[in-house]
Amino acid sequence: MRRLWIGLTTLVFALLLVTPLARIAIGAWDDGWSGFWDGLTRPEARHALWMTFLVVVVVTAVNALFGVMMAMYLVRAGWLGKRLKQLLNSIVDLPFAVSPVIGGLMIVLLLGPDTVIGSLLDPLGVKVVYAFPGMVIATLFVTFPLIVREVMPVLQEIGSQQEEAAATLGAYAWTTFWRVTWPSIRWSVIYGVVLTVARAIGEFGAVLVVSGNIMGKTQTATNLVYQDVENFNLTAANAVALVLAASSILLLLFMEWAKSRKERQA
Amino acid sequence: MNVEVRNLHKTFGTFQAVRDVSFTIEQGQLIGLLGPSGGGKTSILRMLAGLETPDSGDILFQGARVNDLPPQERGIGFVFQNYALFKHMTVEGNIAFGLEVKKWPKARMKERVAELLELTGLKGFEKRYPHQLSGGQRQRVAFARALAPEPRLLLLDEPFAAIDAKIRQELRNWLREMIDRLGITSIFVTHDQDEAIEVADEIMIINQGRVEQKGTPWDIYRNPETPFVAEFIGESTFVEDVGQLRGFGDGGLRSGTKALIRPEYVEIGRESDFPLLSATEKGTIRRLQFRGSEWLVEVEIGSVKLVTYRSLEKEVFQPGEEVRVLVHRAYLFNDSDCWIMENRLKEDPMPVFI
Repeated sequence: MRRLWIGLTTLVFALLLVTPLARIAIGAWDDGWSGFWDGLTRPEARHALWMTFLVVVVVTAVNALFGVMMAMYLVRAGWLGKRLKQLLNSIVDLPFAVSPVIGGLMIVLLLGPDTVIGSLLDPLGVKVVYAFPGMVIATLFVTFPLIVREVMPVLQEIGSQQEEAAATLGAYAWTTFWRVTWPSIRWSVIYGVVLTVARAIGEFGAVLVVSGNIMGKTQTATNLVYQDVENFNLTAANAVALVLAASSILLLLFMEWAKSRKERQA
Repeated sequence: MNVEVRNLHKTFGTFQAVRDVSFTIEQGQLIGLLGPSGGGKTSILRMLAGLETPDSGDILFQGARVNDLPPQERGIGFVFQNYALFKHMTVEGNIAFGLEVKKWPKARMKERVAELLELTGLKGFEKRYPHQLSGGQRQRVAFARALAPEPRLLLLDEPFAAIDAKIRQELRNWLREMIDRLGITSIFVTHDQDEAIEVADEIMIINQGRVEQKGTPWDIYRNPETPFVAEFIGESTFVEDVGQLRGFGDGGLRSGTKALIRPEYVEIGRESDFPLLSATEKGTIRRLQFRGSEWLVEVEIGSVKLVTYRSLEKEVFQPGEEVRVLVHRAYLFNDSDCWIMENRLKEDPMPVFI
């Protein structure tokens, strides 16, 4: 009886996950190697992949820094009022509750060319919406909770006594963080970073709204795949999608390895 | 280093943890802060360390006000109840941490670490990690780490609470010896009376944020200054109306005077055991409890129940037996006053002079 259920579960997951992946792989080679290669190396594809890469790098760097800082403040700062902490905590969870498209729209409404901030920055040559900064902000919004939520429980678990001990021994904030706190949260941060990268690669809705999806200028890989499908250019779509899927799988494997290191350290 | 605290106050939210606490500690003394949980002892310790800021009051080290100094600059060593060792550093790394932070030269650092490993009996364990050590060993690493940068004040927060009883005894003796040897001013917090009495030069009883009494263990035991101290230290029996007891009942006592009687104040035995039989009265044994090294005896005199200890060497009584009871003294208190009163009949009323 149990075997039947195991078999059934495996079949369902195979259908949901493996089959589409296989279909993408096959589809990418519909026109043979040249079809696959052309799909990847056309200028808009190269640009889109490059855009995705840039956005992911910037977003990951910013989130790693501010995510860890936010986690430290929310857990360790006794001087922050309780209400303020609760508010910040809810804000951190906001991206999970809000649809990415709404998030993107929010950014357009706040920072678009017709707004106060937008019209301040425009003459300075800094375009936010429909340009790279906007895409970064949109992806930041969507991925912000990931690192914070990974680091906070670990900080709570290890407690502040080790850090207090370091203080009594003469270590100030940076030394204490680097030598005492960081070694304990290191693998959680890495795991959070991997989650952020995966999420940023796959981000679609928020970036679509904010960037305007201008081909060759502000289009990311996911948006390009969407565009290709709309234009019935399926081979090219499959090619780009395959690259994205392959990176995700690699990331997944790395994620599992990081998780096992994290658990071993605990 | 001489430590002085004046009018310290600390409130956590609506809870007043420390109320108007003042005391002075001389160089080289080992002081125990003793009291029930939630009394404020750890708060006082943490404020001395700089880990908490007092709401008002002054803390002076060697005459200089240190309220505004962070823990990094106070020259203290702190030993936590749960060791708080750096989990991902070796024993060596833990001990050397304070020295590395202060940028000691490498040679001097090595020497100091070796010295401390020797002092704490951890030679051979340098390369081990905390999770590879026993509780007692971890605590010793915590000591070594706190002592490494040559602090002028050592603070210990219930250092032996998380250790088994047998090792606790050894570590207590070891701590006393070590602190004597180093001559460093030390303050430790405990809720274990035996520990405080054995280890400390002086004890401060802290209850509900206030210092009830400060004195040597002998003083605290023999001359408790408040009813709380009298009751907290040792095992006392509360007696509502002490006038009932022989030797304490006469017109001199105000009504409403209550008493605390310690087991060691009570003596029981046969008629032949007492040279001054007139000071004793009849009592009935109610209960006996074996305590390993002695008997715990509950004896009833009229409506008053008293508790005392009896050596295993002496004759064993049975419940229901009648014995003679002598109450040597009692700690008396009413709303305005508290004092120790000796049994009046202990002085032979008819000394014979020839």
